[in-house]
Parts: sequence; structure tokens; C-alpha cells
Amino acid sequence: MMRAGLVIAYILLAPVLGAFLDGLDRVVSARMQRRKGPSVLQPFYDLGKLFSKQLLAVNNVQLLLNLSYLVILMIAGSLLFAGADLLMILFILSTADMFLIMSASSDSSPYANMGAGREMIQVMAYEPLTLLLAVGFYLATGSFDVSVIMQQPKSAVFLMPGLLFGFMFVAAIKFRKSPFDLSTSHHAHQEMVMGITTEMSGANLAIINLGEYYEMVLMLGLFFLFFANKNWQSWIVAAVLCLVIFLLETLWDNVSARLKWKKVLYGCWTVTFVAGGVNLLILMLTH
Amino acid sequence: MLHYDASSCNGCDIEVLDCLTPKYDLERFGVINTGDPFQADMLLITGGVNSQTESVVKQLYSQMPEPKVVIAVGICACTGGVFKECYNIKGGIDTVIPVDVYVPGCAARPESIIDGVMKAIRILDEKRAAAIKDRR
Ligand code: SF4
Repeated sequence: MMRAGLVIAYILLAPVLGAFLDGLDRVVSARMQRRKGPSVLQPFYDLGKLFSKQLLAVNNVQLLLNLSYLVILMIAGSLLFAGADLLMILFILSTADMFLIMSASSDSSPYANMGAGREMIQVMAYEPLTLLLAVGFYLATGSFDVSVIMQQPKSAVFLMPGLLFGFMFVAAIKFRKSPFDLSTSHHAHQEMVMGITTEMSGANLAIINLGEYYEMVLMLGLFFLFFANKNWQSWIVAAVLCLVIFLLETLWDNVSARLKWKKVLYGCWTVTFVAGGVNLLILMLTH
Repeated sequence: MLHYDASSCNGCDIEVLDCLTPKYDLERFGVINTGDPFQADMLLITGGVNSQTESVVKQLYSQMPEPKVVIAVGICACTGGVFKECYNIKGGIDTVIPVDVYVPGCAARPESIIDGVMKAIRILDEKRAAAIKDRR
């Protein structure tokens, strides 16, 4: 019963929470740059606006691919909140990304195609760590099941601080933050216009934005797993820490310049193998 | 908002960029600068249209989804300005696409550009309301 409630809450509230966090991110970034920044509710206005715009479809398939991206992300998130298998969730998450890549490759804009190529490199950069993450949770708790992981007497973070660090590092890719924001341009750098979303407009773009909000909440849910244990008090602490991590990502976004793809790939892999690998090795030897 | 320089002397361009700096911060009204016509609601043009930029202006305008507004910033974009008599200049932006808001000045001051953008947002809202009514 509780699980069904959580899943419904995720499906209904994740876009709201995601849009709110996006607004918060924009305000905090603006304050860091000594600007006033937009209203926190700006992403909501933007979504409303996008849905009211004329639909300029560049081909017949893009809308379908974007919808698949959204729906598959919703499935991945729902599985997480239903307490299902972590490996499955991570695989479905990368499947969703494949639809985004296909959607970007389907139009004729060279910028979108270049964005799709870069997105693929980004997937390669973060994927190893997410797999190590799942193995880490298995070694630390004896199960891939999210519901079992949540019922541990002690939070997983004590056993896997390295993996947490690594995950914070690569999560910047998923949150589309500098220095890894290569495939889309959420900020004013426009060397390839808007990357993946260059030829998407109106409702088409709104769907992608909604998908990103679902993904954002899903990622924060994964961070939540590190801190939560069977005491409900730890859940509050975990929620606060998730917000702190999100704000740290914003800070990092504002103090770093974008990197070239090779540096992104090698940087992420180095962190994965050093922080994640060593952590995993210690877990293997002690458990 | 999409900014395009049709044939400005760069004076107005710099004032447009000024609007994005911490002092003026156009983003406090929720407006951000984008390079993508597909995702823009406003087309802001500086400088008059010449024979080379005419097709670009038309294409950018046609790539923007409805409802959309056009802002002409600087006296060159409004009428052609000091370059009006040049053999390559067609005149103001309204000689090729419909313009909603004219922001005069040489160069237009950031305050008046922001005023123009705010006016454009109001026109955009009216157009959206009219479009929704039409659909019903
Ligand atoms: S209005 Fe003045 S500053 Fe602006 S583009 Fe024309 S000449 Fe340059």
C-alpha cells in the first residue's frame, strides 16, 4: 500500500519538485553571480508557455521518441520508489537516454546530431560508476533490492563514502551541469546552439523538460539511498543532505568552466576507478 | 529571446549584452538569451537589414513557433538610421518582417531595451490569449 502511494506520489509530484528545484537552482546561480535572478516559479511558467505554443514538428517520429524518453524515465523512477531492483532501475535509466539520443539524431540539424554524439560519450562516462554503485550496494547490504537497502540498521554511506563521492562527481552529467554540460547548453554558452534540443520546440521541448525533472528526482532518490536506514529520523537527514548535494552541484556548476569530451571521459573514469574501485575493493575484502 | 545582428555597428549589440549583466539583469523577468529560434518567443534585432542579412532574418522569423514578437532595437533597426541611404541597406527591420516593438536610440540605452522587452512580453501575452480564443 505504502509502495503504491509512493509511486503515485512520484508520478504526480516529481515534475513539481523538479521544476521547483530548477527554479531554486536558477535563483541560487543568479545570486552567486550577484544578479537578482528570476522567480522560483519561473520553470512552471515556462512549462505552461511551452505547452501553449504552436507545435513545429521537424519530423513524425521525434514526438514519439520524446514521449518514450519521458515514459521510460517515469518507469525507472517508479521502480525506485516501489523499492524494486537497483540494477534494473539503472538499466532502464540508460535505455531512456538512448531514446533521447535517437530523438536528437532523427532531425537534420548538425547541432542536434553533434549533441547526440556527445550525449553518447557522456553515457559512457557515467555508466561505469552507476554499475559499481549497484555492486557497492549489494556488497554493503547483501541485496540489489531498494526496499532491503532501506531497511539496514546503518546507513550505506558509512560503508561506501568513495562511491558517494564518485556518484556526486558523475551526477553533474545527469543534472546537466558544468563542467560536463556538453550535449545540451543549459546556459548561455551556445557553441552548438542548444545541442540535443536544437530542433525541439513547444510541447516537444516541454516533454524533454518534464523528463529531466523526473530524472532529477530519480537521481536525488539514489542519493537518498546512501543516507536512509530503517529509522525514520534518518529519512529527514537524508532529504536535507540531498538538498545540500543539489546545491553543491549548483556551486560546482558556477565555479567550473566546461571541459572537452576527452577530459570529461577520462576525468569520470579516473574518479570511478580510484574512488569507486578502491571503495569496492575494501568492501569486498571486509565483507 | 533570440538576438540577431542584421547589420548593426555593434553599439546596440553591446547594450543588449549589458541588459544581461548583474546591474540590469534581464533574467529577473524570466527572460534568457538563447541562440535557438525554435525555442525563442522574441526576436530582437539590432541594425538595419541589408541584402545579405535579409534572407537570414526571414528564416529566423519563420523558424520561431507562434505566438512570437519582434523587437527592433536602435534607430538603425527601426528605420535604417544613419545608414538609410547606403546602397546595400533596405531600411528598418519592418521592410522584411512585421515588427511589434520599436526601441529608438543610438545606441539604445539598456533601460529602454528592458522597457521594450517588457512591452513585448505584454504583446506576447495578448497574442497567446488571442490564439487560445481562436482555438476554442
Ligand atoms: S542605432 Fe546607433 S548604435 Fe545602434 S546599430 Fe545603429 S548606429 Fe549603431
